Amino acid sequence: MIVETGHFALILAFALALAQAVIPFAGARLGDGALMRVARPTALMQFLLVAFAYGALTYAHVVSDFSLVNVIENSHSSKPLIYKISGVWGNHEGSMLLWVLVLSLCGALIALFSSAMPAKLRADTLSVQGLLGAAFLLFILLTSNPFARVSPAPWQGRDLNPILQDPGLAIHPPLLYLGYVGFSIVFSFAAAALIGGRIDAAWARFARPWTLFAWISLTLGIAMGSYWAYYTLGWGGFWFWDPVENASLMPWIAGTALLHSAAVMEKREALKVWTIFLSILAFSLSLLGTFLVRSGVLTSVHAFASDPERGVFILAILVFFIGGALALFALRAGALPVGGLFAPISREGALVLNNLLLTTCCATVVIGTLYPLALEAITGEKISVGAPFFNTVLIPIALPLALLMPIGQMLAWKRGDLSAALARLRVAFVIGVAALAAFGALQGAPYLSVAAAAVAVYLVVGSLSDLALRANARAAGPRAALARLLGLPLSVFGTAFAHAGMGLTLLGLAATGWGVENITTMRVGDYADVGPYKIVLEEMAARPGPNYSESYAVMAVRSNGQTVARIEPAKRFYPARKTARTEAGIVTLGLGQVYAALGEGHDDGSIDARIYYKPLVTLIWIGALVMALGGAFSLADRRLRIGVARRAAAPALPQAAE
Amino acid sequence: MKRALKILALAAALLAPLGAQAVEPGEKLADPAQEARARAIATELRCLVCQNQSIDDSDAPLAKDLRMLLREQIRKGASDKEARDYIVARYGDFVLLRPPFKPETLLLWGAPLIALAGGALALWAAYRRRRVAAAPAALSEAERAKLRALGVEGPDEG
Repeated sequence: MIVETGHFALILAFALALAQAVIPFAGARLGDGALMRVARPTALMQFLLVAFAYGALTYAHVVSDFSLVNVIENSHSSKPLIYKISGVWGNHEGSMLLWVLVLSLCGALIALFSSAMPAKLRADTLSVQGLLGAAFLLFILLTSNPFARVSPAPWQGRDLNPILQDPGLAIHPPLLYLGYVGFSIVFSFAAAALIGGRIDAAWARFARPWTLFAWISLTLGIAMGSYWAYYTLGWGGFWFWDPVENASLMPWIAGTALLHSAAVMEKREALKVWTIFLSILAFSLSLLGTFLVRSGVLTSVHAFASDPERGVFILAILVFFIGGALALFALRAGALPVGGLFAPISREGALVLNNLLLTTCCATVVIGTLYPLALEAITGEKISVGAPFFNTVLIPIALPLALLMPIGQMLAWKRGDLSAALARLRVAFVIGVAALAAFGALQGAPYLSVAAAAVAVYLVVGSLSDLALRANARAAGPRAALARLLGLPLSVFGTAFAHAGMGLTLLGLAATGWGVENITTMRVGDYADVGPYKIVLEEMAARPGPNYSESYAVMAVRSNGQTVARIEPAKRFYPARKTARTEAGIVTLGLGQVYAALGEGHDDGSIDARIYYKPLVTLIWIGALVMALGGAFSLADRRLRIGVARRAAAPALPQAAE
Repeated sequence: MKRALKILALAAALLAPLGAQAVEPGEKLADPAQEARARAIATELRCLVCQNQSIDDSDAPLAKDLRMLLREQIRKGASDKEARDYIVARYGDFVLLRPPFKPETLLLWGAPLIALAGGALALWAAYRRRRVAAAPAALSEAERAKLRALGVEGPDEG
């Protein structure tokens, strides 16, 4: 009964989404306030209904209702509760439902936190959001119904793929979806602004917090997914330039570019047309990613052609929304007034350069991802575009970008002084060169790692020296400096932390070139050297888990004769699916990690083991956390919240010059 | 979720032997220099049944076969290029994670340059257009008189 009610709620949500799309839009055209006000309750109710439907599906998974096809295929009565809950989104239907849930949540958030917006802009925004909701709800109802029943019901389910039975799956998809579905808000804002024809700095103030919100979630989501792959897949790889990963990276790069151009638009009324374009682009790339992942086109172009129902539906949604938005853009963008002027050497100029380089990266990832599909569809020829390609073409763009980031931070708005900016980065340059010498002397090869690590150190120091300089300038002493530091706008901290975080991630990536591995066969009592550590295999045993059995090894990590940690790499066997998975044994020592994974066991009692020492590897993800923290600082900045919160006082308060 | 799907695909390839690992100890070549070369080549060869994974990373049985094939060539004294060509001759360009330069991949390899050059050109054009459009008009004599009346020195002409 609950399940059918959930299904019904989903149908109701679809009807409401249609109403939300049509009525406020008509109201905005007719200037009818009552019709425009329909947007808010429909958006809220749509969210509640989708949430109910989602809850109903979760309920079916939790109570193991095996009369549902979705539960049979993805659950098992002995599965731990957390994986019964997270397993809801571990399959196509459930994950699309989560997608729509986040989409309707975005609509509800706009409805709740947009009272400061002009009524028309708000009505149009929610109308576009409603149209998006209607399209995807229809997709679920027609092609991916998660509530399909089967009779007679089997007495047991087929279980969730063991690799997905992991805390990583419980966190990664919701964060990722908050991120790239979150860009729908900015997309709707942009479409609404184009429909209304009014685009100004106030628009950027409304749009920027939402962009930040989506960007923070996406940053964390990608980092989480990458760490999950790192510890789950058993050899320490964390990024494979797989189309599925690129699908989340493309909107992230576009979103990063958008954050920066929106800053220019808000401060200086410049780059309006470009900012609107990026707002459309970020979510368009999210849609493209959804299409790539959900249509099956990645598995095989031919599989897609032979069973096209879902793929064609998403493709139609994609073409409608991206095409519609771009058509609107082409129609209206020419009429937008030119904004504030600036010299090429200025904060604005630096941000434009940032956008040029980021867009180039984004275009490269998009083309690299789509090229093999297009080539195969057109000529039938199959090629692979993998990590070596992306590394070769992106590193020459990314490293200069990293070099430029702190310089942009140091330039003034409108007209900057390049030599003064470079002079302020003296310390960063000196430390960067020192790092180059130190890494070169300590590690030597590979040169790329040495160079990238030096750039990374410079980037971290350069990003933070902006804070230090602002605090110390003309300050009498440490107390005054501290007071100045605390008095700085939060968005200054935001920029500094986000850039420094990027530097930390870069340092972690560079250090992967200095990893050490030892692939060997061990018996109990044997030891293996890996980097500065000696790994001793102390014990091998077996134990049962909640829904698996596990054979594990206890390994002592020794340094200078002292045991500093013990790790327990294991191999698990899940009887429900007769599937095995390896559990890496990982310990963090300083910023590096020792990582061990078990291979095949031999008749003589020995076992294959892969043991790695990965220096500084945790920085890859710590950097992402710091980036997200920077985003949070910016989001908390009072000046940015004006668009979100009810305007407390009359229009923008005068701000200290920055 | 996207990664989940990928992992599903991987899992399909992984189902076979219990806990098999990429590069097993038994596969390694005796000569460390040869082994290092084999590893370097392997990271650029695709495990054909996986999604964008190199044979060096993959646990799939096919990846293991390819690693053995590659090492056999290296052990026989093949150069890096010969060993790679040997695999490509059997599995086609699809096996190369770094697509070869050829007419069909021109746009792929050229993409970053085209994007960068196109973007830079568009920026330059926009900048010039804007400078022309937004150059402030000189003050008229009446405006100057008004300024003088207010006690403000008129800006220099230019």
